[in-house]
Amino acid sequence: MSCQETQDLIHGYLDDELDLVRNLEIERHLQACQTCSQAHRDQLALRSAIKTGSLYYHAPASLQMRVRSAVSKANKPEVSPQIMSWKTSRIMSWRWLSVGASLAAVAILALILAPILTRPSADELTAREIISAHVRSLMANHLTDVSSSDQHTVKPWFNGKLDFSPPVNDLTNQGFPLVGARLDYINDRPVAALVYRRQQHFINLFIWPSAQGSEKAKTEPAPRQGYHLFRWTTSGMTYWSVSDLNERELKEFVQLARNQTSPTTTP
Amino acid sequence: MPEPNQLARFERAVLPHLDAAYNLARWLIRNDHDAEDVVQEAYLRALKFFGGFRGGDGRAWLLAIVRNTCYTWIEQNRKHEMIADFDEVAHDVESNDPNPETALLQSVDQQMLKQALEALPVEFREVVILRELEGLSYKEIADIAHLPLGTVMSRLARARKRLQQDLTECILKGGLG
Repeated sequence: MSCQETQDLIHGYLDDELDLVRNLEIERHLQACQTCSQAHRDQLALRSAIKTGSLYYHAPASLQMRVRSAVSKANKPEVSPQIMSWKTSRIMSWRWLSVGASLAAVAILALILAPILTRPSADELTAREIISAHVRSLMANHLTDVSSSDQHTVKPWFNGKLDFSPPVNDLTNQGFPLVGARLDYINDRPVAALVYRRQQHFINLFIWPSAQGSEKAKTEPAPRQGYHLFRWTTSGMTYWSVSDLNERELKEFVQLARNQTSPTTTP
Repeated sequence: MPEPNQLARFERAVLPHLDAAYNLARWLIRNDHDAEDVVQEAYLRALKFFGGFRGGDGRAWLLAIVRNTCYTWIEQNRKHEMIADFDEVAHDVESNDPNPETALLQSVDQQMLKQALEALPVEFREVVILRELEGLSYKEIADIAHLPLGTVMSRLARARKRLQQDLTECILKGGLG
């Protein structure tokens, strides 16, 4: 093989795109030819410089949210005028709910019933968002952004990511080890999501500052789609806890979490 | 408009490749803000055409759409970039510089590399990004960029040669000017 031919094919050789015969011919030529083997080494050096440099741009978390909401909005079916008047973002969350639910094989029911039912309350809509966020966190392989059972690792991780500092407590000794945390997006705002585990069941604990006038305790949301939900408000923070864990054990978790987060330990 | 289970399929096949989509768009567009807009637009297009997705590699399928969306954006916003400033003839007569550059290239820093890559004309930049950062094969790149296989190889060859020259020059001049 000549130098010209080698130079023409050296990139195919580098990229492992040549057939065996050509590969051998080039290898033989590189052993014999100083110039070409130097060119080959230069290319290897260039490649390793590109590959070892951190030149890969990773998508920011905000883009992930943007794309998801744009996709769900675009996928929105025809809606009745009554629903049209609602905030679009609320409806979007319905769509995501349906995605998660379809895996649980109840989506069709939800899709058909949702527009027919009377207008849900704000709590109802939040509950739906909470469930879809929970399902999504388990489905899209995005349970945690920071994985640690150490509350002193998890709590500082939120610094600079949220405009509030959520209380983080490890409940390993009580049988609910902390798995980690991530950012999520509920009710049009970024929220903290803490992830706990009980055997094979994951518990998402969502935390965000309460809106004014929303502190009033209302009835607990009913379980839906096999998920149990609990909600409470302490020291200006709203907590929602969701899991497929049975109601009794989730209640136990909620009691523990409430005691930890409440300044006056009385429920 | 995809049905619910098709949307779930879309979520599984296409949404996980957001990093690849953003990386390509960011390198082709060269700024964060516009790259994010383009990625969002590409995802909407992907959703629209998802009926045409026959399974297989969701990443390559998505990247072809991202690439097209980038080119549309560049055409609308930076038309001058479409005219490659690569001398189409020059590369055939380039001499093979016998000076050892390997050691020099090993001292390249990331900032230099980034600048040299960004300075490449867009159709040369894209083959380098797809090959070196996404690790795609010539065949996959050819499909994404609608190019013959031979063109993929020749563009890569010329892009690398140019990179090597620019970087060597940059180092010899004593870093970034």
